[in-house]
Amino acid sequence: MTSLFTILFDGVAYGMLLFVLACGLAVTLGLMNFVNLAHGAFAMAGGYVCAVLVNQSGWPFFVALPLAFVASALIGAAFERALYRHLYTRSHLDQVLFSIGLVFMSVAAVDYMMGSSRIFIKLPSALEGQIDFFGVGIGRYRLMIIVICGLLTLGLQLILARTRFGSRLRAAVDDPRAAVGLGINVPQVFAFTFAFGCGLAGLGGALSAEILGLDPYFPLKFMIYFLIVVTVGGSSSITGPFLASLLLGIGDVAGKYYVPKMGPFVIYTIMIVILIWRPNGLFGRTAAR
Amino acid sequence: MTAPSDVGFYAGQHARWHWGEIAFWCLALACAFIFPSRFLIMTEIVRLALFALSLDLILGYAGIVSLGHAAFFGVGAYCAGLLALYGIITEPVAALLAAGLFAMVVGFLTSFLVIRGVDLTRLMVTLGIALLLEALAERYSNITGGTDGLQGIEIAPVLGLFTFDIFGKVGFFYSLAILFVLFLLARRIVHSPFGLSLRAIKNNPLRAAAVGVPVNRRLIAVYTLAAFYAGIAGALFTQTTALASLDAFAFERSADLMLVLVIGGTGYLYGGLIGAVIFKILQEFFSNITPEYWQFWIGLVFVAIVLVGRARLHRWVLFVPNLIFRQFGGGKAIVTITESDAS
Repeated sequence: MTSLFTILFDGVAYGMLLFVLACGLAVTLGLMNFVNLAHGAFAMAGGYVCAVLVNQSGWPFFVALPLAFVASALIGAAFERALYRHLYTRSHLDQVLFSIGLVFMSVAAVDYMMGSSRIFIKLPSALEGQIDFFGVGIGRYRLMIIVICGLLTLGLQLILARTRFGSRLRAAVDDPRAAVGLGINVPQVFAFTFAFGCGLAGLGGALSAEILGLDPYFPLKFMIYFLIVVTVGGSSSITGPFLASLLLGIGDVAGKYYVPKMGPFVIYTIMIVILIWRPNGLFGRTAAR
Repeated sequence: MTAPSDVGFYAGQHARWHWGEIAFWCLALACAFIFPSRFLIMTEIVRLALFALSLDLILGYAGIVSLGHAAFFGVGAYCAGLLALYGIITEPVAALLAAGLFAMVVGFLTSFLVIRGVDLTRLMVTLGIALLLEALAERYSNITGGTDGLQGIEIAPVLGLFTFDIFGKVGFFYSLAILFVLFLLARRIVHSPFGLSLRAIKNNPLRAAAVGVPVNRRLIAVYTLAAFYAGIAGALFTQTTALASLDAFAFERSADLMLVLVIGGTGYLYGGLIGAVIFKILQEFFSNITPEYWQFWIGLVFVAIVLVGRARLHRWVLFVPNLIFRQFGGGKAIVTITESDAS
């Protein structure tokens, strides 16, 4: 029973982390229909920025986290303006090739600058160890992840649902042409959202160094996970990817615990079955269109 | 002239052997005598060319973007390895065929998953299938040898006559012969009515269905065929290197394959072959400069190709050959790529 709770808890933490990492991709895929396989590269950039600041410059962890967000967002904005925006109208094949190229470049570049071994971020002592909660051991670090990611999710939901920018974004997702016609500056909305999504990925990358492991192959290893979150969750709302991430997180942790030999087998099978059953995602607008 | 015979006339014109093509194959054969010390890398090129040919069948002709084509390569590689290791079928050509057929069965079974849904779903499903097979091969490491791969494979002489030598001479001629035979088959297929209907599907599935092309059945057929080709490429890999390992399934293999095909150009069969030559030369060149970070430069090539634009790039590359053909051939240019594959 205890182990069940621990698995659930770890799975939720893992899933929320995946959500923060992947929700930017949900917008890229959903809004501009751009297949961006290089999303993990932005996450890795944030992770490495945080690692360098904490380990080499001795900055406090909680100061480095927002900086990881800012750094990734800036990199994302620069890439969007310089490269991505030329490719929105191109075929999916072009987009796939382009982003695979970016992944390869980022892997080799990080390998060159930081070495190929896995790096760890020195955590403040307050985040180490476990808290005993009604007899269930709860990792402090994972608890912090759940708190941070939970707050972020709430914030995102509020921004999307309540603010003017949120309604513009939703309008642009639903029908870019009509949105342009109504005077919404769709490219600007998208540039901003892209940068914000990259920033979130960077933050996720910094947080995930402890749990997922951070090395130059991060974008390749977790590419499939990000894509699963978005394709399974659908891109019409923020709840879809959120539930998909939780499902994926809990499924992956439980799979590794109960059938360790089958490894990632469980996840891939579930994904294929879901995609066959509902090609537009579990929470996509299948029938509406 | 009635419309159907008109179409048939032009298709027949298009399908005729151009003398440039004959020159291409003569050149390929001549390479064996021009570079007698480089058989190993030339075998690699031929193998890659066959693999790229397989992707061209589904990407260039049917418009299916696959990120997991290495799945069938891996199935073929392990199949050939296991057949040779346990001495079930020792004769290489028969083993090759068996491995290809096995990959074909896998391709047929998975094709039903692939034809569902749109581009993105297809990407995910093909990628997922490759990862799934890799995970399976890792899981049953008692059969596949896990990360070490299959060890101690011994390949019997081809047709009982030609023993594989250390310099790879037999391996090269063997691979080239297989490539040529399969190329002829592919060429026949894409110029047949079946091939023409594939192009119709690629251009507009809805319209193709409206004129009576059974879209799903055609896609299943070509996907199965491509799996057969990829399986043979994988089996050739095992037979010429006496090795089968987990990285046969790796994502990088599928990604590199796309680059190979895109360098050469999709949809005219020679793209894969030309791309394989250019890709291997590039790879050699980059790994000579930076042995560890050649992937960066390969990535840069990907990005540059997309930014420049594939169609424009091919116009540049084919400018000189086409000029020569127009001057001396007196006829149409050999390769006129009409790449408007907006998907």
